Amino acid sequence: MSGEEFVPLSLTPLLIGMFAAVACALPGNFLVLRKQALIGDAISHVVLPGIVVAFLVTGTVSTWPMMIGAAVAAVVAVGLIEAIRRLGRIEPGAAMGVTFTSMFAGGVLLLEQSDTSTVHLDVEHALYGNLESLIWLDAVGWQSLWDPAALAGLPNELIRMGLTLIVVVCFVWLFWRPLKLSTFDEGFARTLGMRTGVLGLALVVIAAIAAVAAFDAVGSIIVIAMFICPPAGARLMTNRLEVQIVWSVIFALMSAILGYFIAGYGPQWLGAENAVSAAGMIATVSGLILALAALFGPCRKRTGAPAV
Amino acid sequence: MLWEAIFLQLGYNATLVTIGACFLGIAAGVTGTFLFLRKRSLVSDAISHATLPGVALAFIVMVSLGGDGRNLIGLLLGSALSAGFGLLCVSWLTRQTRLAEDAAIGSVLSVFFGFGIVLLTVIQSMSSGRQAGLEGFLLGSTAGMLWSDAVVIAVGGALTLAVVLVLRRPMGLVAFDPEFAAANGMNVTRIDLTIMALAMAVTVVGLKIVGLILIVAMLIIPPVSARFWTDRTDRVTLLAGITGGVSGYVGAALSAAAPSVPTGPIIVLVSFAIFAVSLFFAPTRGVLAAVLRHLKFQHRVHMRQGLLALAQGQPIYEKLTLRLLLHAGLARADGVPTETGRARAAKALRDEKRWEVVRTDQAFEGAAALYDGLREIETVLTEDQIGEVDRRIGGPQGVVA
Repeated sequence: MSGEEFVPLSLTPLLIGMFAAVACALPGNFLVLRKQALIGDAISHVVLPGIVVAFLVTGTVSTWPMMIGAAVAAVVAVGLIEAIRRLGRIEPGAAMGVTFTSMFAGGVLLLEQSDTSTVHLDVEHALYGNLESLIWLDAVGWQSLWDPAALAGLPNELIRMGLTLIVVVCFVWLFWRPLKLSTFDEGFARTLGMRTGVLGLALVVIAAIAAVAAFDAVGSIIVIAMFICPPAGARLMTNRLEVQIVWSVIFALMSAILGYFIAGYGPQWLGAENAVSAAGMIATVSGLILALAALFGPCRKRTGAPAV
Repeated sequence: MLWEAIFLQLGYNATLVTIGACFLGIAAGVTGTFLFLRKRSLVSDAISHATLPGVALAFIVMVSLGGDGRNLIGLLLGSALSAGFGLLCVSWLTRQTRLAEDAAIGSVLSVFFGFGIVLLTVIQSMSSGRQAGLEGFLLGSTAGMLWSDAVVIAVGGALTLAVVLVLRRPMGLVAFDPEFAAANGMNVTRIDLTIMALAMAVTVVGLKIVGLILIVAMLIIPPVSARFWTDRTDRVTLLAGITGGVSGYVGAALSAAAPSVPTGPIIVLVSFAIFAVSLFFAPTRGVLAAVLRHLKFQHRVHMRQGLLALAQGQPIYEKLTLRLLLHAGLARADGVPTETGRARAAKALRDEKRWEVVRTDQAFEGAAALYDGLREIETVLTEDQIGEVDRRIGGPQGVVA
């Protein structure tokens, strides 16, 4: 595969997929350890009503209002889950199930009722994203990476996803100690004077930001898969959080790269003509990696001792 | 239009969908109750998403065998197989690895769904135009429902319901006390899997009407709503069935009356409305009842403290206390007690002294345990006992000059 073909067609989708995967996997580590893994699932469902409401309010399919709408919907959903859990004394799983299905249903209903047939906004797009279409038209080859004119034509999604990744990395890096402490021993963290409630909410908000940005580029299915599968696989590889984070990043990158190439070129090797969904394939690969980790990971057993 | 829909006057297809949705709602509500009581509601989310690759694979197999590819029974069979496999994966990950159940659910859900989407794109490229029906399984599509589809749904729902009714005792026992069930010789793992398998059956049957993303709601929301109204398992099950049936029926009727509205989301929103009503207005567990209970408690505390303050001649600064006393005719606006107020205050002070005696005497241990600073002493002690306490306190005594 030559640079003339690879750089315009595959480089940007691949980078976006990798950024999205890592941006989701990093907060996912803490969510999995806190047994809040399904928050990612809930967030990615409620993104749809947020986007639809933002579209109805502004009347255009521009990115920023939609991202803000999605982020607001995510925060509303988290608040609603907490309210239902406390007011109704319902276990968190059921409260989550009530909230995100109802909000998603509301979103679908609004979408079907409003006149969105003229714009590119539908449920399928929200689920699979359009990773393959994020191509870099101005590029002619590797030399375009040093060409300012061509760089100006980079897809916006790449820049947004890159910024999101930086925000997520900064959050995890800055709040490393509090995050680690409050994840493993919330009571101890609180006696040290940490605001664990605020920190927990901040983690969810960061996860929501990563989910919303990734959703815009790659669809919600990758978001859920990347929140859970790489961290869960990494959890089976080690007992140390630092090492787990490194493994989860490796798994996320492997899923994104392998998934993208298998989706794009796998069918050709098998003799078929059309590529399959990259988002779906990335999720599938991450699942295969998790399956391997669950079968052979050194720390897969509950006792935590590496198998000798 | 709406009433016609409610009374099934809107034509053959609408009637079919409405009755099918009602059956489905009943089966889902009843089955979901046991999932909810077992605190595993979200397993249904994994099950429902795991149906997608099965649907797509069944389609591919049926087409490659030269069939139509849209045979509902074939598609449902495929979805049941892959959902069952997903279920086993969740169960295996939870038991054999250190991963918690939520991580297992989330990973199975996303991976199976992702693989399903890969297969959907394969189908799209494989046979142009013939895949039209499959996207409908995501959000449900009732538009072109056939009599045979409705029969499949009704029979599936009825069978599920029958199995739930037969197994409700062991399932309820496992949901409440798995250790006790295990000690009684029940195979908890197998019963758990049965509950999940029933949820899977409901999911598979409901795919056509509400779609795989929203079928979860039919398994979760009715039991949660029903739980607000009663504390007895059989009644929760019954209420959840009714709630689910009503939401299915009303939702389908609404969407038949307004054809542009998709069925699945409407059904979910109707059941959410029932949930919201239950959350706020249910007796004892509802929010309104809790608020009323709190206000009543607050009034009792303020009343009691106010009376004690009156009895001891202390000024009352708390506005709420003063307002309550005023309202009950026990004090005037300036905080001076009325005649009745004086009497009630004296009684309150006397009761306080009686409690003091009761709490220091070992003989009254049982009664003393009930002391919370608000309880009327007459509800705890007999008249004779109060007389005994009063004898110990003695009557009013003159001040020695």
